[in-house]
Amino acid sequence: MLAKRIIPCLDVKDGRVVKGMNFTGLRDISDPVELARYYNDSGADELVFYDITASAEGRKLFTDILKRTAAEVFIPLTVGGGIRTVDDFDRVLKCGADKVSVNSGAIANPSLIGEAAKKYGDQCVVLSMDVKRVNGQFRVFAKGGREDTGLDALDWAERGVGNGAGEIVLNSIDTDGVKQGFDLEMLDALAARVSVPIIASGGAGNMEHFAELFTHPGIDAGLAASIFHSRQVDIHELKHFLREKGVEMRV
Amino acid sequence: MIAIIDYGVGNLFSIAGGLKAIGAETEITRDPVRITAAERVVLPGVGAFGDAMDKLRATGLIPVLKHEAEHKPFLGICLGMQLLFDKSEEYGEHEGLGLIPGRVCDLRRDLSDKTLKVPHMGWNALEIRRDDPFFKYVRNGEYVYYVHSFYAKDCAVNTLAVSRYGDVDVTGVVCRGKVYGTQFHPEKSGDTGLRLLKAFAEL
Repeated sequence: MLAKRIIPCLDVKDGRVVKGMNFTGLRDISDPVELARYYNDSGADELVFYDITASAEGRKLFTDILKRTAAEVFIPLTVGGGIRTVDDFDRVLKCGADKVSVNSGAIANPSLIGEAAKKYGDQCVVLSMDVKRVNGQFRVFAKGGREDTGLDALDWAERGVGNGAGEIVLNSIDTDGVKQGFDLEMLDALAARVSVPIIASGGAGNMEHFAELFTHPGIDAGLAASIFHSRQVDIHELKHFLREKGVEMRV
Repeated sequence: MIAIIDYGVGNLFSIAGGLKAIGAETEITRDPVRITAAERVVLPGVGAFGDAMDKLRATGLIPVLKHEAEHKPFLGICLGMQLLFDKSEEYGEHEGLGLIPGRVCDLRRDLSDKTLKVPHMGWNALEIRRDDPFFKYVRNGEYVYYVHSFYAKDCAVNTLAVSRYGDVDVTGVVCRGKVYGTQFHPEKSGDTGLRLLKAFAEL
């Protein structure tokens, strides 16, 4: 059977890896290529790169980093950030990305998922959502979690999958950066609605949080950033820990 | 030199990178002269079977590939592996290269447990069914990375390894003569994948 996946996420701005608390107060951590190599060697199952650069110069730096990483790291690479058109898919796929994640770009242009899935296949299109509770509803937020779109997250996910998204990254704004565990209530609600793999994001603070996550059978992967970058949790150790708990892991 | 066939399908960059990492010399090409001169051939592929066969046909390389497959180690990866078979049932029936007997069918249809997710995407353990020099550097049970919705069947006699998904033995590695195929992506299967590529480069 398929192993559960552990995925470190690298937020890249102007050529450097950053990770903020609740999306604000970004702090510099490391060189993305070096960090990617470290994760590859420590057993990460996949890497996610988010380009949070705004400038054209930063974007050029990003594609260069992506190329260098893809030439040295032989695990799947997912790229997101600033993906608005099929041409953006093309640009990052040519640099060595295997999957492309769309977030605000799909909200601005809902036909993007369908067009990209038709051209590159469902397995290539990842729908990434930043979700927060508003008046008892799971609501999709755009622009890095700053703007309430008014969209119901579960409806949005179902629509995205219907259009060809092959995987969903669910980032709970409510638990992100708080390190008290993943948002299991939100994740279970999503798992009940869609049949594609779900990557949980937001809230991992320790190894137990991953063990708890994988007792929920609808969840395929756990994604985190700061706890891995700070080496608070070592991926190699985490995977052995989970395997001892009976979770299928590639170790 | 290992010729990586460029017919407008798939991520050649990663395959070239993986082969380079194990010290092999590669060339991404659609030139029959270069393919004939190569010591080994890799046929990549991502996407739909019919579309890929059309593109391959358009290059005029099919007779060259069929000939080379008889004479030198030849590796089809992912959709490139599926193309080695007689036919596929992906979006209608399509004829393949016919280098390995068998057919490519819908995985979802054969899974009894309909809650299992398709595409079969992620890391699955390799069960080696028949020893082969291709497995010189890997052990039974190592994990490899799959992304696919169709799989090869009716090819047990040429199957070297499978991965279990639900109640289906997904054909993972096939071999007939010098022709090899992997349903998974060795160039995305971490160190295990690189060791398989190394063994292929030494065949």
